[in-house]
Amino acid sequence: MPPILEMSAIAKEYYGNRVLKGVDLSVDAGEIVCLVGENGAGKSTLMNILFGMPVVHATGGFSGAVKIAGQRVAIDSPFKAMECGIGMVHQEFMLLPGFTVTENIKLNRELTSSNPLSSVVGALSPSAGKRLESLDFDSMTRDARAALARVGLEVESEATVGGLPVGHKQFIEIAREVDRHKARILVFDEPSAVLTESEADRLLETMRALARDGIGILFITHRLDEVMAVADRIVVLRDGERVAQLAGSEASVGRIAELMVGRKIEKRDLPPRSFSVSDAELALDIRDLVVDMPGEPVTGATLSVRRGEILGIGGLAGYGKLGIANGIAGIYPGRGTVLKDGLPLPLNDPAGSLARRVAFLSEDRRGVGLLLDESIELNIGLTSLQVQGKFLRTWLPGLSLLDAAGLRAHAREMIRWLDVRCVGPEQPVRRLSGGNQQKVCIAKAVTLDPDLLFVSEPTRGVDVGAKQRILDELVSLNRDRRMTIVVTSSELAELRSVCDRIAIVARGKVSRVLAPDAADVDFGLAMAG
Amino acid sequence: MRERVLALYEKWFLGRVAEIGIPRLLITAFVLTLLGVAYFYGMNLSFLLSDSLVRVGRNGILVLALLPAVQGGLGLNFGLPVGVAAGLVGLLIPMEFDLGGWKCFVVATVLAALFGWLAGLAYGWLLNRVKGQEMMVGTYVGFSVVSGMCIFWLLAPFHNRKLIWPIGGQGLRTTLPCTSGMSRFLDDAWRVKFGDFSIPTGLLLYFLVLCGLVALFFRTRAGLAIRAAGENPLYAKACGISEDRSRLLAAALSTMLAAVGIVAFSSSYGFVQLYLAPLMVAFPAVAALLIGGGSVNRASVSHVLIGTLLFQTLLTIALPVANKVVSGDISEVARVVVANGMILYALTRGSR
Repeated sequence: MPPILEMSAIAKEYYGNRVLKGVDLSVDAGEIVCLVGENGAGKSTLMNILFGMPVVHATGGFSGAVKIAGQRVAIDSPFKAMECGIGMVHQEFMLLPGFTVTENIKLNRELTSSNPLSSVVGALSPSAGKRLESLDFDSMTRDARAALARVGLEVESEATVGGLPVGHKQFIEIAREVDRHKARILVFDEPSAVLTESEADRLLETMRALARDGIGILFITHRLDEVMAVADRIVVLRDGERVAQLAGSEASVGRIAELMVGRKIEKRDLPPRSFSVSDAELALDIRDLVVDMPGEPVTGATLSVRRGEILGIGGLAGYGKLGIANGIAGIYPGRGTVLKDGLPLPLNDPAGSLARRVAFLSEDRRGVGLLLDESIELNIGLTSLQVQGKFLRTWLPGLSLLDAAGLRAHAREMIRWLDVRCVGPEQPVRRLSGGNQQKVCIAKAVTLDPDLLFVSEPTRGVDVGAKQRILDELVSLNRDRRMTIVVTSSELAELRSVCDRIAIVARGKVSRVLAPDAADVDFGLAMAG
Repeated sequence: MRERVLALYEKWFLGRVAEIGIPRLLITAFVLTLLGVAYFYGMNLSFLLSDSLVRVGRNGILVLALLPAVQGGLGLNFGLPVGVAAGLVGLLIPMEFDLGGWKCFVVATVLAALFGWLAGLAYGWLLNRVKGQEMMVGTYVGFSVVSGMCIFWLLAPFHNRKLIWPIGGQGLRTTLPCTSGMSRFLDDAWRVKFGDFSIPTGLLLYFLVLCGLVALFFRTRAGLAIRAAGENPLYAKACGISEDRSRLLAAALSTMLAAVGIVAFSSSYGFVQLYLAPLMVAFPAVAALLIGGGSVNRASVSHVLIGTLLFQTLLTIALPVANKVVSGDISEVARVVVANGMILYALTRGSR
């Protein structure tokens, strides 16, 4: 019997950037296949292709073949995917809060019965008549209850979805996919991210039950212990390639993590330091830091940063690595003890941490880091102006105005130093490329003259050439200006190329601090927590 | 050759048009056409143009009042009547004591600024609770304040016989003449005349000075903080700027300018209009700012200046010309169509 889903030699380019390089993936009926990989490994692109998402076709389509039960199909729209029997349990709930559980499950597949109006209209136009038929709530409720029973959720089918707990919503989504009689393949895209532990266990149980009924299941998750619990087969993606395929029985968490991370270290000769770095002098001492950052919660991180070092923070998405810098910079609410140069640093106070010469470059460059419609020069200078009163000229006591000439001179110097490709310092930042926007952010931070700099995802959305340059700038800030730098990045290879030590965050805590040349298996284990 | 012409056309013409904005070009063309028609009908152009200048000075500050709110991310301040009500209270107090001339104007402006500031803080406090819906809420706050003030005008303890109803002895009249010497005080200061054409120098200077002060304010630390918070609240937060405080300041400044503006307006008009008169005060001001090239998120002093000039000239010239061309009074209709059409146009495309 051919596999129920077979994707072969799938390749995809986005604007000249190859994100999938000939991936093979197959799912048998009744099998649970887990798809794992770091952020940017190509998982979402692969799923977008499977669902015929418009974004794939708007960017030039893909190459390779998709077969359903041995039949080659061209999936060019989500509707086509559904027709082929592919169901998707979404990460974000695609449910209508004001509708009942039954209505949500049967939405757009309602069962109907004829009524006088539909009969009359139907005589003239059958399709219009069909649309005017009454909803057959009795049969719909029966179907919905059967689907809910299959996923093991006990809930009143008349309840409106809006008031239900998050975990229930996830199961209603599954019930909806199950209710479609043709569903042969179900894709679970990180369904457990919002579930409590017991709910997650039940989800895994449901997946097993569905597989026993002959449905092929494709499970995408970052939680490797869940993978171990249910997977019949594990497919590991890295950099758009399928690097390994393991049977569930022969895998271990450490092995999977090691494969996900991979050794792709490029040995770089970093310039030597003219000063020494040791545990005796700490720039930052973080104890039991808790940060309520949605999607990246930190639940009690303890970490020390040596003065003058470049420290990396790595870890899987959703495990809290981004939360640490955001918490210390005061962007998201945090609590705990943070000592800067031995003195307590106020949390939840962005101005306070800036005043203590801690600067932060957000991972959300366009959302937090920049004023997109303002000029390069204002973006570079505004934070320093607000926090330190730079670029102000006092005309009268109490009246200080922007020193436009001084700011422009400074901006020009920064543009030259960082090689920002722009028309001039007055150009709005919105029109710059990602890499140049990042350079403006770095210029902004350098203008603040911090002694401790947090940089999150410095090379996200930056093209390859600019990536290297940005990393070089960070190294030169560290070596020449003795700036202590904490780099948070999803790309472990990048951290390994510039950092002195790398802290791996898992489940909101620092699980290990490793040397950049430590073994892959150690990184893998640390990331799994 | 043809390609070169096309390339030039694209580069120079289309580029320029995009920069200036089609609505602004259309309105400018319309104003020029009206001037031509007026000339053709042998109307007194000098008189019409002088009248436009007066109206520019009279209404300009109310347009300027919108600027801090736009910069602060509050959108177009349809709650201008809040400031106008505060300004009218400030204006009536010196009039109650029969103060005249420049003394009345100065005292009224100082009191108006004070009341406007306080009312603006309250208004800003409210707007901070309805983030994202400032324009809608502002419109209704404006309407409510005008209605609430109707009761105030009836009950307020004003006793000067020149202000209250002659019969009954209680409640302010709907339209009050300004005290002697205060009426047209600014218009007549350093007035320049060439025949029929006269320039209300004082009034225009006052408007320009306020424009300059607002422009300077937005180059100070506090002003730049308002700009940053208005454009990107998250950026502001990361800079240690309190978004709520910046918005409060923006609302207070906007309201204060509206209060100061209505004093100048009344003084130049010669009458103080109470009760329902301030109900629609925000709409022509908003239309003027939008015609000038401002939008819901961005506006500058130059937008205020250009917009006021275009919009007020349009109104002054359209009225007599329309009456001349079409028998019957359609000018009021045209004015409402232009003003509200402009607002509608900007709102449909001006979101972030």
